[in-house]
Amino acid sequence: MRWLLLKDLQILKRSPLQLTLLILYPIVIALLVGFAMTREQDQTKVALYNAMPAGEPLGFGGEEVDGNEIRDQLCGRVDCIEADSTADARKMVENGEATAAVIVPEDLGDKIRSLASLSPESPEIQIIVNGSDAVENQVTDDRIEAMLGEANLLLAKRLSEGAKQYLDLILKGGEFDLLGQQIEVLGLQKSEQILKKIEPKLPPGTDKEQLQRAVRFAHLATDNLDLAGPLLTAITEPIKADKVEVGDEAPSLDTFAIGVTVAFALMFVTVLLVAGSLALEKEENAFTRLTAGLVGRGQILVAKVGLGTVVGTGVALILLVGLGLFVGIGWGRAPLWLLALIFGAAAFSAGGAALGAAAREVRAATLAAVMVCLPVALLSLVPDDAVGPAIETAINLVSAVFPFRPTLDAITGGLEISGPSLWLPLLHLLLLTATYGALARLALRRF
Amino acid sequence: MTGSNPALAARGVSKSFDGRKALSGVDFEVGPGEVVALIGPNGAGKTTLLSILAGIAEPDSGEVTGDGVAWVPQQAALYRRLSVRENLLLFAHLQHDAGQTAENPEQMVTRMLELTGLADRAGDRVGTLSGGNQQRVNIAIGLMADPSVLLLDEPSVGLDPAQRERLWGFVLGLVGEGTAVAFSTHDIQEAERYAERIVVVAEGEGIFSGTADELRQAVEAGAAGGGPAAAGDLETSFLAFLRERGH
Repeated sequence: MRWLLLKDLQILKRSPLQLTLLILYPIVIALLVGFAMTREQDQTKVALYNAMPAGEPLGFGGEEVDGNEIRDQLCGRVDCIEADSTADARKMVENGEATAAVIVPEDLGDKIRSLASLSPESPEIQIIVNGSDAVENQVTDDRIEAMLGEANLLLAKRLSEGAKQYLDLILKGGEFDLLGQQIEVLGLQKSEQILKKIEPKLPPGTDKEQLQRAVRFAHLATDNLDLAGPLLTAITEPIKADKVEVGDEAPSLDTFAIGVTVAFALMFVTVLLVAGSLALEKEENAFTRLTAGLVGRGQILVAKVGLGTVVGTGVALILLVGLGLFVGIGWGRAPLWLLALIFGAAAFSAGGAALGAAAREVRAATLAAVMVCLPVALLSLVPDDAVGPAIETAINLVSAVFPFRPTLDAITGGLEISGPSLWLPLLHLLLLTATYGALARLALRRF
Repeated sequence: MTGSNPALAARGVSKSFDGRKALSGVDFEVGPGEVVALIGPNGAGKTTLLSILAGIAEPDSGEVTGDGVAWVPQQAALYRRLSVRENLLLFAHLQHDAGQTAENPEQMVTRMLELTGLADRAGDRVGTLSGGNQQRVNIAIGLMADPSVLLLDEPSVGLDPAQRERLWGFVLGLVGEGTAVAFSTHDIQEAERYAERIVVVAEGEGIFSGTADELRQAVEAGAAGGGPAAAGDLETSFLAFLRERGH
């Protein structure tokens, strides 16, 4: 059997294109994925035209919000490009220099200030987007919505703080500025104390009863307005999220991305190689000669699975080493993820052998391998909760009979201690190797 | 028939594929150092008979006796990306491991390269060789275990006359050393030229076994008063013979 394996490796060595692909493929994929994983995400470019007078404070209720503060808040989540006018901002969006434009009108400050008056107006800003790209539009909408949410939250906090100061003034008393004049406000607490002092000095009768009513009101109002402060603070952020994670701890996103990349590479390399290599035995008429008393069909099958396992594991190792240049790979856990790679490669190889034995032609085997692998692997990545129960069951069934998902679980489990359990996927892969091996052996009877 | 102890013999061999009769009670034998040609129309059962004689396929009924049988498939069963030497070495190792020969694989390869006259092309990839040379390598693999019987399935298909001549020079050299050869062919002239005996198979039945002259005589005897069939070459006689027998 070793001669068959050596022969296949020799044939592989003799195909410069195939060999180059096997070496370059994991390197290129590692570079692409590695750069993608480590690269800072580009911020959305937004043109900003601020028509408000420079340095205009947006004061209300004693709280001051600098216009620049709002600008900083708006530009915290996007890359703002200053525009000179509304037309300039629009042009930037049209020529693609900016994804969207935000126009801050001249009267925004007045309208914001009016929120603390008896006749509040609704402050508005204008958004200009380029409607030619639906996907980019959606992304831009999400970004701008988040951006406005941040700015609104800042204003809401300042408004509530201003309102709290007014409430404190009414409650505790103090001075407040009205059109440049300092006006003293007595406050409910002091009013109550004064009224309580006067009350015993009054003779019984209607005046005393009226005074007692005023004392009760002052007391009641003091007690209830004490609650208004915390209520106003709560309004700015009525719901706070307290995240509790249950179930198995998920692997980090980096580990998951590495797992998906390696599982895909392993799948394509082994399935295509083994399916093609087995079908080639038929196309080169060697299969009949080999099985004419020299080796058994089972031995040919084991040699092919061995070939896929050796080459697939090698390619996956190159890929992991390449990815290790960009992101952290747990080298201390190498024996575990190496085990995952070997078991995954063996299961994919057995699957490839079954396809190759059934197809009997290199082209048909290659086509069948791509047509089976790609959709099943993609289906395996669909999150359980993203589909209805019936489809979820169907996807889980398909994923269970194909080695992609258990390979992914085994690799992530091998890479990270918080990943899924390693041993169950390994057992799953072992079962799939045996099942596909048996199917391939059956197909070889009519090869 | 050979008369003496045959090197390989089949008695009453029958074989069906999916209910279709491929061979029906065929008898066949080849004596030591004898060359037998197996001729017949397409689908007559020639390749099936050779496969059964080689032990690659099992007959449904009947028996095959003979040892040291080597089979050379119609199309070169070789790895085109490997060199001549690598191909020979692979099969030498496999035959050695399978217990078909005790000879050292490296020595066996050297011997085969000398025998085929391909020593100077040993490092060349098989895919770059001519059809004739590929067939020589193909036959060399069959000869590695020093077989007493060599079965060739249409060995000269796709070869030009010069290549065919070189191939037969090589095969007849083996016959001179006592190897029995049975080959199937569609080329009646090739059968007449190289075979001592001709076996005609049609629709899964063995309908004639004898020399080329005996085939002609059989046609003459069948044709009333002689005629065009009797007077023609072997191919004409063969076609007349098939017609006479309803094939």
